[in-house]
Amino acid sequence: MRSRTTRRLLEHLEAYLFLLPALVILGVFHLFPIVYAFVVSLLRWNMIDPVRPFIGFENYRHLLSDEKFLLALANTSYYAVVSVALAIPLALGFAILLNRRLVGMSWYRTAFFIPYVTPLATGAMVWHWLYNPDRFGLLNYLIGTIGIPPQPWLLSPAQAMPALIAVAIWAGLGRDIVILLAGLQNISAEYYEAAQIDGAGSWQLFRHVTLPLLSPTTYFVLVISMIGAFQVFALPLFMTGGGPLNRTLTIVYSIYQQGFQYFRMGYAAAQAYVLFLIILVITLMQRQVAARRVHYDL
Amino acid sequence: MISDSGYQRPPRLRNLFIHLVLIASVLIVLLPYYLMIATSLKPLAEVFTYPFTWLPSRLAWENYGEAWNHAPFGRYFLNSAIIAVSETSGVLVTSALAGYAFARMRFWGREALFLIFLGTLMVPGQVQLVPNYITITRLGWLNTYYALIVPWLASVFGIFFLRQFFATIPQELQDAATIDGASHLTFLRRVVVPLSRPAFITVALLTFLGSWNALTWPLIVTNTPEMRPIMVGLLSFSSEWGTQPRLLMAAATFSVLPVLAVFFVLQRYFIQGIARAGMKF
Repeated sequence: MRSRTTRRLLEHLEAYLFLLPALVILGVFHLFPIVYAFVVSLLRWNMIDPVRPFIGFENYRHLLSDEKFLLALANTSYYAVVSVALAIPLALGFAILLNRRLVGMSWYRTAFFIPYVTPLATGAMVWHWLYNPDRFGLLNYLIGTIGIPPQPWLLSPAQAMPALIAVAIWAGLGRDIVILLAGLQNISAEYYEAAQIDGAGSWQLFRHVTLPLLSPTTYFVLVISMIGAFQVFALPLFMTGGGPLNRTLTIVYSIYQQGFQYFRMGYAAAQAYVLFLIILVITLMQRQVAARRVHYDL
Repeated sequence: MISDSGYQRPPRLRNLFIHLVLIASVLIVLLPYYLMIATSLKPLAEVFTYPFTWLPSRLAWENYGEAWNHAPFGRYFLNSAIIAVSETSGVLVTSALAGYAFARMRFWGREALFLIFLGTLMVPGQVQLVPNYITITRLGWLNTYYALIVPWLASVFGIFFLRQFFATIPQELQDAATIDGASHLTFLRRVVVPLSRPAFITVALLTFLGSWNALTWPLIVTNTPEMRPIMVGLLSFSSEWGTQPRLLMAAATFSVLPVLAVFFVLQRYFIQGIARAGMKF
């Protein structure tokens, strides 16, 4: 008979055998790169140059004075804040409408969801055509029917980013609705009954029951939307190439340009780390706010 | 339920109003699809017309053949299928094994490892882009299926999702299996996997679609048309044929069809998965 220690050891060993495939892949391609990206960000690493000197935080210092990167930072923040601020109230409104048990609700939900399953690349191509700046564009035709002259849309430095934001909202709305709808359905009917007995009207029910009890879900949607928005890439890649005048250049687009068009690996890694920090700060800040503002169901 | 909360308007009129709002919104949401399909079926002369025509005078199906022949779309689709199927099967196997270990086995370092894995979910994927590109280059894998597939054969999301599900399986079942002399692997294969079918379908679906729609990684590790998946193929197609919306829209239509087909067949699992996990892939 094997001793107890041997058996324990074998049990642990077996568990590690189960973990091994995932550990190897995640270790090599997900964990190690997090550390390695930081190391690379401290080097001057150009793909053709065999010498990769250690330059400390030089890449990061350079970022702070790189106007193009600062513009990308500003563009991305603008995109993230505006798209999330518009998408969440809109999604909440639709979720509340869809939460009524009427005929055909699941059909509407599916329809809203289709853009989310659609590859963003495909969606971007179609919207690019929709935004055609000539009179042939569908959008220009539609605004023409109410007397507005054709707009340049993606060709205009001022309109390009709002145009991308509209596509982002279109693409993400279905996901937000589905998550918020699940949150709404988790709220116990007792709260509404109790509030109604106290004479609350529908606005008061929304303001004092729905909104606070839904806040953990809304908060969750807010966090994942912000994190996703800061990583926007496919939309400017397909629709504007980062233009006009770099007005739709985003952080990830800039990482792509630096790393894989100019092959400045160290500089690209530093930009990626800045993105990581921003996302970390958003998550932590929102956690702080949540601790004070979010109400959890009892 | 929020409905019927002492609103003054009669419910029937109000419901009609809700339907009208929803129908109008859905029409706006689906308008790009209408434009895509309508343009893809318009003859050349009807694409650039003013005013805009809602319907083509005849269905120009030849646009599809023309678009298909202007780029190696067959190869793009094949590549996407190979990548998505390999990734999905890989993720299911590695996540099932690891998820099982986390849910039902005791081992040294379990909590620490779990936290480390969870922590990686906070790191945006772009951080790994540069180092992984370097690793792939050093392995000599640039522009191969290995580069496209191997880094994605395991998924933290898959592990957590299955772990949560596995943890709900009653311990009594496991005890009974152990008494019958079943090993962990047998118990996983014979009991846990069949009981967790919906969870597996959700993970498979999200992995498949994530892989099919992936853009950044395949964009940087492929450099010839033979290795491109469909999304990267679309990017080069749209820059080459940007002046021909009817061809672009035909290509857009056939690129989205497989995804929508999968979605419509399995949408129940899909919507449940999103509602539960809320994960963006």
